[in-house]
Amino acid sequence: MAKVVAVTGNEAVANALRQVNPDVCAVYPITPQTEMMQRFSSFISNGKVKTEIILVESEHSSMSACVGASAAGGRVITATSSQGLALMWEVLYIASGLRLPIIMPVVNRALSAPLSIHGDHSDAMGARDTGWIQLWSENAQEAYDNAIQSFRIGEHMDIRLPAMVCMDGFIISHSIERIEYLEDNEVKDFVGEFKATYPLLDIEHPVSYGPLILPDYYMEFRKAQDEVESKVAGIVLEVAKDFEKLSGRKYGLFETYRLEDAEIGLVILNSAAGTSKDVVDEFRNKGIRAGLLKPRLYRPFPYREIGEALKHLKAVCVLDRADAFGSSFGPLYSDIASSLYHFPERPFLLNKIYGLGGRDYMPFHAEMVLNELVEITRTGHVKMPKEYIGVRE
Amino acid sequence: MEKAMTLKELTKKEVLLSPGHRMCAGCGAPTVVKMVLLASDYPVVAANATGCLEVSTCISEYTAWKIPWIHNAFENAAATLSGVETMYRSLKKQGKIDKDIKFIAFGGDGGTYDIGMQSLSGAMERGHNLLYVCYDNGAYMNTGIQRSSSTPLGADTTTRPVGAVIPGKTESRKNLTRIMAAHNIPYVAQASPSHWLDLMKKVRKALSIEGPKFMNIISSCNRGWRSRTDDSIALSRLAVETCFWPLYEIEDKNVRVTFKPKEKKPLTDFLKSQGRFKNLMLPDNEWLLQKFQADIDREWELLLKESVAAEPKKKD
Repeated sequence: MAKVVAVTGNEAVANALRQVNPDVCAVYPITPQTEMMQRFSSFISNGKVKTEIILVESEHSSMSACVGASAAGGRVITATSSQGLALMWEVLYIASGLRLPIIMPVVNRALSAPLSIHGDHSDAMGARDTGWIQLWSENAQEAYDNAIQSFRIGEHMDIRLPAMVCMDGFIISHSIERIEYLEDNEVKDFVGEFKATYPLLDIEHPVSYGPLILPDYYMEFRKAQDEVESKVAGIVLEVAKDFEKLSGRKYGLFETYRLEDAEIGLVILNSAAGTSKDVVDEFRNKGIRAGLLKPRLYRPFPYREIGEALKHLKAVCVLDRADAFGSSFGPLYSDIASSLYHFPERPFLLNKIYGLGGRDYMPFHAEMVLNELVEITRTGHVKMPKEYIGVRE
Repeated sequence: MEKAMTLKELTKKEVLLSPGHRMCAGCGAPTVVKMVLLASDYPVVAANATGCLEVSTCISEYTAWKIPWIHNAFENAAATLSGVETMYRSLKKQGKIDKDIKFIAFGGDGGTYDIGMQSLSGAMERGHNLLYVCYDNGAYMNTGIQRSSSTPLGADTTTRPVGAVIPGKTESRKNLTRIMAAHNIPYVAQASPSHWLDLMKKVRKALSIEGPKFMNIISSCNRGWRSRTDDSIALSRLAVETCFWPLYEIEDKNVRVTFKPKEKKPLTDFLKSQGRFKNLMLPDNEWLLQKFQADIDREWELLLKESVAAEPKKKD
């Protein structure tokens, strides 16, 4: 039975974590994530969860403690943003390399310098190749739903991988929205009991975690990890199907919005997708066949499925809320371009960088981009392959 | 449960770091680890910072560790073990584990004095029930003898080599044992494998105390010290007898010297057979040697003054 509430994104995810009731949480404060863990800490102080919390002295130590706790044999969470995620970087690879299903909400925020506490996707984009699963969320409801599903996905016995659940800093983390909560027992049953694999605390069966590996086997190990990545999409869909039965809310690898018969389209992550959908509707009302694709499972990136969904369009703009300095294009653009390259007929592709450091993304931005796509379909000419929008000249 | 700490009893126990590991002949670290683990009458889960001990004892797919063991990264052995220990408390509280398990982290001086200092300080302050053991050989030996904050004054290292204008390390060692004591944790000790009974008694005492414990154990490195492989224990003994490495413990803030040499030997007795201190033996560097001896004397006198009950001189 759903319970409808009005809460912030941080509060929604904190509530999901309460309902999952993990064994250990290690966390360090950072804006805009802090509120989430304040709320979770109050669940601990009030006996609402069984979780033991480790209030570490840095994010490097929070991820390090998560690795130890997860290897010990239980369900482990942390949460972070921005500089905190950057500080964890070394240990992120260790968590995925050791195949530890740690769950981490990431409240997306810009990276320094210059210092900014506001939302963009630079933090999670910097961690996109660390071997973690990344689920991205448009709004608080999706963040809540993704957080619950992430446990089933990461802990699946065929993969055992850590997962990040991303949502936009402030725009979602601090805005109050209408949310449907599942009942506590529904979440408990949905995620199930944690199954430990090779726990350190099984002293009768001692195991060694984190060996040195030499050139004779390192590459085989990495190949095995790559093969595991290929199993993730199927598990995400399987879990989504079960979640739909429970909640009535449907999830896939990505969301398509009026895309099937579209000629022009936007590809955009997280909260700005909501704004863009309204503008797509306006264009449809004008008789222009516009559509949108919003990735949900960003890592591992479902290249084949996304390519199939976009290949019939005439022109597509990928909007990145992060730049990848020196690579010419934003990170999402590069992935979309790779997913389309194999098709002999493919849309014109352009890249806009928007919303860095919390800069507003307004409907007129989407309108401007869609008008440019209309122009490209008419002229067959791309003037600017990559451009910053909503920025002073 | 606890067995008497006699050689006869100890020989009946299983050595938990198996032979076949790839530490150098004459290295102090495996001796230290074997002594530490032998002293425990409880099952132990160990964490290991990146370093010689780690890379040489667990090369996939072989492991020398007969106990559960985890290596995470260089600077985070304490944070990692704090996670393991917290999961243990969580599962024990939930009735999913009933055994009494002890937790021990091992790190070299690089991973402890330097890059792992913050992680260690945090774990100690948070009060985790674990023992952190630093095996201190006075430099980054695994990467090839680079200067650490534990490197003694005047020592020759590959990043502060003795040259025409620089006489080796020009700074005194960081006093990590004192820094850990300043955390006001229930137990801090310094030990040496040359005084095995003293070392093992300290480990056993540490494991019997609830809360965070720290032990700093000198660990010879013939590659970095430029000494003979069969001098490992003899040099550790000289370190103690010259008071370069005083044996003491700080329990509930009370300092106690646990071994007082019959006759405090001059520092040069410890330095002279080590190639890393060759430079200190030159007349030009007499000032450096004097400063070094003065550092040692000051700390030893302070320890004696603080020591609640300096034990009568005895051999063990």
